[in-house]
Amino acid sequence: MPDGISLTKITAQKGISIGEAAKRVADLGWTPSYVQEAMTFPTDYKIKKAPRDPMKQVLRSYFPMQEEKDNRVYGALDAALRGDMFRNVEPRWVEWMKLFLAIIPFPEISAARSMAMVARLAPGEELRTGFTMQMVDEFRHSTIQMNLKKWYMENYIDPAGFDITEAAFGRCYATTIGRQFAEGFVTGDAITSANIYLTVVAETAFTNTLFVAMPSEAARNGDYALPTVFLSVQSDESRHIGNGHSMLMSLINDPDNHQLIERDLRYAFWQNHAIVDAAIGVLIEYATTDRDKNKESYAELWHRWIYEDYYRTYMLPLEKYGIKIHHDDVSAAWDRMVKKNYVHKTAQFFSVGWPLNFWRIEAQTDKDFEWFEHKYPGWYAEFGDYWKWYAKLSKPGETIMTFNTETGYIYPHRCWSCMVPCLIREEIVCDEVDGKIYTYCSELCHWTHKTAFSAEYEGRSTPAMGRFSGRREWEDCYHGWDLADAITDLGFVRDDGKTLVPQPHLRFDDKEMWTLDHVRGHTLGSPLRTIRAMTPEARETHLAEYRKGFKINPLN
Amino acid sequence: MSAVQQPTVPVKSGAAGSAKFAGSDSRKYNYFDPKGRRATHYEDMTVDVQPDPKRYLLQDWIISFADGTPTYSENWTEAKSSDWHKYRSVDQEWERTHYQRQSTICGMIQNVVENGRRSGAPKRFDPAWVKILQDHLGAYKHAEFGLGTSTMQAQRYGYTQMINNAILTNSSYKIRFAQDLTLYLSEIGLDIGGFDENAGKAHWLQDPIWQGTRRAIETIGGATDFLEQYFAVNFVFEPLVGELFRSGFVMQAAASQNDFITPSVVSAAEGDYERNLANAVELFRMLVLDEAHGNHNRMLFKSWVEKHGSLALEAAHNLQPIWSQPRVKVAHFTEALELAKNRVRAIAAETDIDVRHVLEA
Repeated sequence: MPDGISLTKITAQKGISIGEAAKRVADLGWTPSYVQEAMTFPTDYKIKKAPRDPMKQVLRSYFPMQEEKDNRVYGALDAALRGDMFRNVEPRWVEWMKLFLAIIPFPEISAARSMAMVARLAPGEELRTGFTMQMVDEFRHSTIQMNLKKWYMENYIDPAGFDITEAAFGRCYATTIGRQFAEGFVTGDAITSANIYLTVVAETAFTNTLFVAMPSEAARNGDYALPTVFLSVQSDESRHIGNGHSMLMSLINDPDNHQLIERDLRYAFWQNHAIVDAAIGVLIEYATTDRDKNKESYAELWHRWIYEDYYRTYMLPLEKYGIKIHHDDVSAAWDRMVKKNYVHKTAQFFSVGWPLNFWRIEAQTDKDFEWFEHKYPGWYAEFGDYWKWYAKLSKPGETIMTFNTETGYIYPHRCWSCMVPCLIREEIVCDEVDGKIYTYCSELCHWTHKTAFSAEYEGRSTPAMGRFSGRREWEDCYHGWDLADAITDLGFVRDDGKTLVPQPHLRFDDKEMWTLDHVRGHTLGSPLRTIRAMTPEARETHLAEYRKGFKINPLN
Repeated sequence: MSAVQQPTVPVKSGAAGSAKFAGSDSRKYNYFDPKGRRATHYEDMTVDVQPDPKRYLLQDWIISFADGTPTYSENWTEAKSSDWHKYRSVDQEWERTHYQRQSTICGMIQNVVENGRRSGAPKRFDPAWVKILQDHLGAYKHAEFGLGTSTMQAQRYGYTQMINNAILTNSSYKIRFAQDLTLYLSEIGLDIGGFDENAGKAHWLQDPIWQGTRRAIETIGGATDFLEQYFAVNFVFEPLVGELFRSGFVMQAAASQNDFITPSVVSAAEGDYERNLANAVELFRMLVLDEAHGNHNRMLFKSWVEKHGSLALEAAHNLQPIWSQPRVKVAHFTEALELAKNRVRAIAAETDIDVRHVLEA
């Protein structure tokens, strides 16, 4: 073949540039003159400037690109099976995927729904294509994750928990935080939820820990499927981050919006920290068996992704537009991670309530202790005895931790705002809002409920802001119930009608597995009802005691 | 430091079947009733991902809008159902099938347009036809975009994941097709001297021929009931205006004007519509057959036919002059409109909705 001849050259023909294509596609919209578009989702923001589309992609290149990404994902899943992945996978890891994959498809599809909210609010049509692609992306994420979960269910040693996944998601005492996360994307002020909470904070900051850090840990545990799926998911996020930033830039243009942006960044950052760090921190630190001391801990990952990447390069530059950034909130979140053991206390909470979960949680062992102590000096003194107790009490018939007076554990209050319990006990806040007593895990969660989610913010009317609703304290749903009856009602019983779906160990043997009879005879209670029933004086005494924390009794 | 050693049974494998114990064979999602004997893959990917307090949402919705409306509300449509969860989309789309189909269409259109342009086909289009493509297909692409944005809005409101995902894919198809037309016209414009790619929007905004269509589209976009939007798109606008113009005019007339490319591009929308329509028929049929609410729904849908049908018919009649514009006249408006009305009658018969008052008026 002569030099310089190629198929591309032979077939090349004049076309339109990508920029021109994006421009013409953006011109599909128009301003209605016969009937105005229904403005069905309210916002208190003013949006005068049309957002720009930074990605300039059109659907005819988007769909083939996504199909190619899918082909790689599904090819990799087939390859994993051919390579007998499940023979070598760590069950400790896969068990926790029952929790993670129960939660995540609903936030994903909520993000698709939220595109309806921002697309109609944004003036101009340029970003509408970006929002359309994000809508279809999120549909992709939700269903590709359901597919991964089904694949685990079909191929992993213990499918129980995967088989009830969406039912369990709606009921479990741990997944409640995932529901708060997802509903936050689609409910209340449309910009607060669909732009600031979802794209500017959750997707821009926290998807890195979700979709980049977690896949690394999966691979360390012999799971090559999750990285394949989630890194493919994460490759869509740059478009979403672009959408969010573009919309933010059109909002920031109007100083009238600054007060609301400040409020929403504060609320969104803190609640993302409280929810995502609780869940993903536990998955990365406690679902793994890899204790290589050279790998980064969740705290180190957080510093890289949230502090360096997000806070320093995304949040701080907003100051030049006149937005007040609450540096102290970022410091406080960091302190909770490294000084106040937020993640470890969450792991303790998830495991202490194992009978009310729908996956297995095994005890941490000597090997784990060494790693934790290396990464988090002082960890052993606070949590070592707890996990020793947990191992001891993992045999069927032992009295579980929550009701075992020998251990010294005290069940926590729930935070009315982020739904994670008040685990850093010295930070609990108790206050009255609209005539009712509530508990909060922190001052900022208290602020979120009392000040941010309100019809007025710092003297400004905010009629579009959402409200907290529903039976937000999970424990209240089963107040006064016997534990066995609650588990039956939750549906966390295996198909023999008696063996529990959750187990406090990884022993795949009927003789070692707990049944309803092993947990019967304990009554569940609502800490919020208890504290509401107290006199003001008794409440203060109770809170003072609560703030002192508890000490797990030594087990030798 | 030392931990209490657990008496573990060594796990040699995490693979299915490597141990037998309670629940070890439970390898199907077991929290919903499949429509058929066995759950389809689509059902496994879709059902119950959007929760509902009537099913498994123990704590109810935990955030509300300022007026107390929860995250999802059955009151977002006037239509009523005894069980919204019964609905399954006919095309059974989940992400993989959606991307496969969309990508195949993109490839098909790209091949047809590239090969046609390479052979110099656009230059051989009849000049009168070129003007029709420029002005009227150029105007029509905005109608498709309007259908796409309306359904994009509507996919937020449905009470189940199955309903919302069916509306979402409908939106995705419509917006893709609006872009297909935009880029196609831009590309043949490179080959045809004097082609004005801005003319379509001007006709859309100002040409009396298109004002009825624009009014009908804006009325759908202005509806606050998401199911009214979905209904009006698929039961009224698509057959009476969309298909009328696409199949009843463009696809029939093009070949006689030396144009073999445009019908291939437009055919993609006809394929899309067959699927969107099947999904919509399934949903509205379910609502009409609802034992408790069937009569209420039937009356409601009749009122939607009245509202949007009269606008769509007016829009269709306004388009009539376009049928006279090609040099070679092979398609007749009256025949095309009758076929469009028959299509509506067929849809109405499937769903037991009375449309006579609008079609025979």
